[in-house]
Amino acid sequence: MEKDKVPQHDMGLLDGHAEVLYAVDEQGRYTQVHSTGWDPKNAALLQALEWMRERLEEARRRVLAGELSPLAFHMERRMMDPKLLAEYAGVSARTVKRHLDPRGFASAPADVLARYAQALDVTPEQLREVPAAP
Amino acid sequence: MRIPVEHRQSAHCENGAVATLLRCNGIDVSEPLVCGIGSGLFFAYLPFLTMGGAPVFSYRTLPGQIFSKAATRLGVRVVRRKFREPGEAMAELDRVLDLGIPVGCLVGVFHLPYFPPAYRFHFNAHNLVVYGREGDRYLVSDSVMEEPTELSRADLARVRFSRGAFAPYGHMYYVAGVQGAPDLARAARAGIRQTCDWMLRVPVPLFGIRGIRLVGRRLRRWPQRLGEKRAALVVGQIVRMQEEIGTGGAGFRFIYAAFLQEAAALLGRPALEDSSREMTQIGDRWRAFALLASRIIKDRHEGQETYDAAADLLLEIADREQQAFRTLRERAG
Repeated sequence: MEKDKVPQHDMGLLDGHAEVLYAVDEQGRYTQVHSTGWDPKNAALLQALEWMRERLEEARRRVLAGELSPLAFHMERRMMDPKLLAEYAGVSARTVKRHLDPRGFASAPADVLARYAQALDVTPEQLREVPAAP
Repeated sequence: MRIPVEHRQSAHCENGAVATLLRCNGIDVSEPLVCGIGSGLFFAYLPFLTMGGAPVFSYRTLPGQIFSKAATRLGVRVVRRKFREPGEAMAELDRVLDLGIPVGCLVGVFHLPYFPPAYRFHFNAHNLVVYGREGDRYLVSDSVMEEPTELSRADLARVRFSRGAFAPYGHMYYVAGVQGAPDLARAARAGIRQTCDWMLRVPVPLFGIRGIRLVGRRLRRWPQRLGEKRAALVVGQIVRMQEEIGTGGAGFRFIYAAFLQEAAALLGRPALEDSSREMTQIGDRWRAFALLASRIIKDRHEGQETYDAAADLLLEIADREQQAFRTLRERAG
């Protein structure tokens, strides 16, 4: 790849930063060049973010339908699964799964809910709620 | 307290952290040279691992191996520590910093405040260097960032103990000493030999040239076997692994071509310049693959025809890499 061909397809994904690519100059020598983005790479990241957004909306739908507890929504929002949330909250994955069920969640002890809340960067109050729309 | 450390941006965090620590010990090497000496270039298809719902593809060796191999080959003695809990980990970090020694840390990026939000996944093998402390703030040289940054003690403890796959457990590392004068040429040659061996001769179909061919064969069938949507997600994952994880472009192939230019001078072997050019061309083919893949990702393609073209391109890349690493092995001596 030549220096002047290094792409600058800035879609704001790098939050104002630029990353380093390696490209050759006019003498064919390698040098570092900044890039603010490249279309295929942006597309792949956006695809992944869209996949996560769809999962989040599915979780929201199921919580609002009474199939899952609000914990499921907040867990998905932080891109976690029961195993990872369990590790952050210091409980077993089985405990997390029990609390993903609405009845299980209703009888979860306050201190466990506090651990979930901290792991998920929400308040215990926010943990009990799910916004009806994004 | 601030240890004099020159911050330099790099493409890849492990290369950058290693280069920074070496620089502080009088060994001034570029990112490509670190990567080459550390035999960082690779290819692996790991279908039994999942990240973001899709299998893992890697264009480099395991996290930590660039550092280990570069340190060994340069006669650099390193100390590594892991801990059970953050208190111990931060205390030891403070102790080493107080000795005037900059410290490399493995961290997860999910809770890293200065990282672009779109990139904050549950990814745990990120490297940064801590080079000072002012009250509650730690001075950080994170080589993927343009400038040095800072982290509060709480934030640093949090990212050092992120959970999930490859959880760091406060892993830290620093240079304890350098044995003699590093022989860069010898280290580069050893690095090249190992990369060639791994790419050409690992007897496991998931790795090296065989891995690229395996992915090519499988990719052709993904639309039938996985369905359109999932096939496109897996293809997207390949592109992310190739271009998003700070590879310098084309899955470390451009960095490696840059390394081969330096190696040509170090080893006094001009033929390595030819190898460098071949590697650049290979990198361009990987970039072409990513372009083709992006049509699948964006769902603007001609169905099976595009998957076939992408698969054919991977097989072509495998052939080119096989040829390139064979001649490289001979040329490096």
